[in-house]
Amino acid sequence: MITFSNILIDGLAYGMVLFVIAVGLSVTLGLMRFVNLSHGAFAMVGGYCVALLTRELQWSFWIAVPLAVLATGLLGALLEALVLRHLYQRKELDQVLFTIGLTFVLIASTNALVGPQVQMVQLPPSLSGSVDLGFRTLPAQRLLVIGVGLAVAVLAALTVTRTRFGIWLRAAVDHAGTASTLGIPIRRVQCLTFAAGAAMAGLGGVLGAEVMPLEPYYALKYLVLVLVVVAVGGMGSIAGSLCAAIVLGLIETASKYLASDWGSLFFFAAMALFLAWRPNGLLKR
Amino acid sequence: MNALSLFKTRALASPQDGDGDAASPRCAPAWRAPLVMLALGLAACLLLPDQLGLLTRIFIMGLFVLSLDLVVGIAGLATLGHAAMFGVGAYAAGVFALRVMPDPLVGLAVGVLAGAVLAAATGAFLLRYQGFTFLMLTVAVAQMVLSLAHKARDWTGGDDGLSGYVMGPLLGQFQFDLEGRLAAFYALAVLVVCFYAARRLVDSPFGMAVRGIHENRARMAALGTPVYRRLWGMYAAAGALAGAAGALSAQTTAVVGLDSLSFSLSAEALVMLILGGAGRLSGALVGAAVFLVLHHTAASINPYHWLFVVGGLLMLVVLVSPAKAVAWLRNRRGGRA
Amino acid sequence: MSHLLELRHLDKRFGGIHVTRDVSFQLAPGDRLALIGPNGAGKTTLVNQISGVFPADSGEIWLRGENVSRLSQAQRVRAGLARTFQITTLAPHFPVQRQIELALFEREGLGGCFWRGIDSFPALQAEARALLARFGLQGQAATPTQDLAYGEQRLIEMALAMALRPQVLLLDEPMAGVPKGDGERLLAALDVLPRDLAVLIIEHDMDLVFRFASRILVLAEGAVLADGTPDEIRRDPLVRAAYLGHGEATRHA
Repeated sequence: MITFSNILIDGLAYGMVLFVIAVGLSVTLGLMRFVNLSHGAFAMVGGYCVALLTRELQWSFWIAVPLAVLATGLLGALLEALVLRHLYQRKELDQVLFTIGLTFVLIASTNALVGPQVQMVQLPPSLSGSVDLGFRTLPAQRLLVIGVGLAVAVLAALTVTRTRFGIWLRAAVDHAGTASTLGIPIRRVQCLTFAAGAAMAGLGGVLGAEVMPLEPYYALKYLVLVLVVVAVGGMGSIAGSLCAAIVLGLIETASKYLASDWGSLFFFAAMALFLAWRPNGLLKR
Repeated sequence: MNALSLFKTRALASPQDGDGDAASPRCAPAWRAPLVMLALGLAACLLLPDQLGLLTRIFIMGLFVLSLDLVVGIAGLATLGHAAMFGVGAYAAGVFALRVMPDPLVGLAVGVLAGAVLAAATGAFLLRYQGFTFLMLTVAVAQMVLSLAHKARDWTGGDDGLSGYVMGPLLGQFQFDLEGRLAAFYALAVLVVCFYAARRLVDSPFGMAVRGIHENRARMAALGTPVYRRLWGMYAAAGALAGAAGALSAQTTAVVGLDSLSFSLSAEALVMLILGGAGRLSGALVGAAVFLVLHHTAASINPYHWLFVVGGLLMLVVLVSPAKAVAWLRNRRGGRA
Repeated sequence: MSHLLELRHLDKRFGGIHVTRDVSFQLAPGDRLALIGPNGAGKTTLVNQISGVFPADSGEIWLRGENVSRLSQAQRVRAGLARTFQITTLAPHFPVQRQIELALFEREGLGGCFWRGIDSFPALQAEARALLARFGLQGQAATPTQDLAYGEQRLIEMALAMALRPQVLLLDEPMAGVPKGDGERLLAALDVLPRDLAVLIIEHDMDLVFRFASRILVLAEGAVLADGTPDEIRRDPLVRAAYLGHGEATRHA
């Protein structure tokens, strides 16, 4: 039973990390139909920022994280406005290849600036211990991750459904041309959404630094996992990404605990089955 | 993926006949490009005798990227799981050499068969999907094959790889030498033969139908084409060639590792294809050669700096595609004359 | 069965929209049936169901005495049905002659032949050139289809359908977007269609309809409003009401 609850907590936390990283990519893919394979780099940048700020500048974790998230968002906004928006009209394969090339350059830059070693994120003492919830004691870090994941999900859902920006976003996803003739500032929506997605990815990079170690190849190594979540959850669907991330996170964690020499077979088999059953996403028909 | 050069629509004789008819489009003969390839390959082997290892790798990767071109450039199916067929061909040939017989050509046939069978089996499922879903499913299938290979340690050697087999003489006569001369000629010969076969395939009614499916699926369905069946056939053919490349790799290096099934191999092959230009078959070989030569020179300095080079090149190629650059150059020259 | 094409109680809904309501009619060899109706009446949707782009919810489609309701688009083509698209659907980079040859290869069942080169079928190449000549396009044999003028592309649409030598031909607004001048070649092509071919044509141009059609089927809101000769339709009060009510009289391409 101990193993079961471990799997549950670790799997949920892992799923939340995947969700937080993937949600930005899912919305960008659904909104701009832009295949951005450099998305993994944002997660990497966020994690690196926190690692460096806490280690080199001795800043508090709780200050470093928001700053890192902001910085990653800014980087995303700059990248989108200056470079990526010119590729929106190009073919999918062109976008794939350009963003892979960009990722290569970012990986090489990270190595050139900071070196190839793994960066550890030092958690503050408050997160290193356990929290007694009454019925069970759970690692504080896991609880934080799950909490943050849920918060991101709720925040994203509320933004999309309740705010004016959310209406703009949904209109733009449905039909950018018509939306712009209605006076919706499409460029601003696109840039902000992209930046928000990048920022979320950065947050995910920090939260997941324990399971997904930060080193220059991070940007490419975990890209496949993020793409899987986006594909299974359905492009543009926040709820879908959440479901997909949790289910797949649980499956992967369970297989790591119970059948480790099968590798990620069950993860990818589950993914293939879900995609075959619902090609447009778990929650779409 | 520019298909303008696909049909080499040079008029055969004079540009216009007397009655204003345009000459029919004609394909170049299928043996021309492979013959050029053979000549270049032989020249390279003879002029650079201490680079035979690199040349062999170029020939093998060239064949692999050629097989990828059939799927991506001709059929228009973006895939990131093509390494599965390569790896399966490699392991099949390696296991065959280790446990059955060390004859290279029979082992090559085994590799071809393994690649074709895997492609046919997975393609039956994969080709029901399109676009991004198809792409992700190819990744899933390839990762599952990788996991299975890892699990089947007794057959594949797992993380340590498959080794310990020695290839027998080619055609019963020619021994594989330590300098790698036979390996290079062997790989080149197989590449040239497969290139010819691919050229024939692509310039056949079947190949043209597949290209039609690539450009406009709805139009082909309206012409009565069994779209799924044709794509499946092309996918299986590509799998066969990929299996051949894998078998060559196993036979010339005498070792097979899990990296022959890896996602990064699939991605690298895609990069090579785009660098050289997809849809033309010869572009696959150019791309493989350029990539591997660059890698050879840059990576020896620092493995990470190599990523700067290839990343920058990729971005450049996307922003200014070689086909467009060539067309631009041609316009400049034409304008001046 | 003397009918080449028979629709029996075809019905289709898209969500809450009833796009095809209990549509039935027959086509005999030599029929020239014009399908007319206001925009949104469901004409193209009906043709899509006949050609197999998507299945109907209920009802049957019979082609030359065979129930083709469950067959795929490609299978129906091989059973003798061909269509053109309202939005030109061509392989953009294919030279025009190759595009025609593609149709001929499929018709002859050679689409799966992978060992002979496409240039080694002189009879089919000659047929492709002859077809191009009939449409006045022989000078464009090597031009990629995307480089043709719009009117010429519409001609290729029709040429492809005819290359298949169908028994039933569905033409979806062949004159759509074609300037008056270029339309002459299209009209000429329509005039020389084989006698025993059954043709269903969707058109808004009433001059063309009354000149070409031997029968007219009026569709409104998915249902058959009237089915008869051009004279009968001209006099039908229901038809006049439907058209006057929608403010839709004639539309010239």
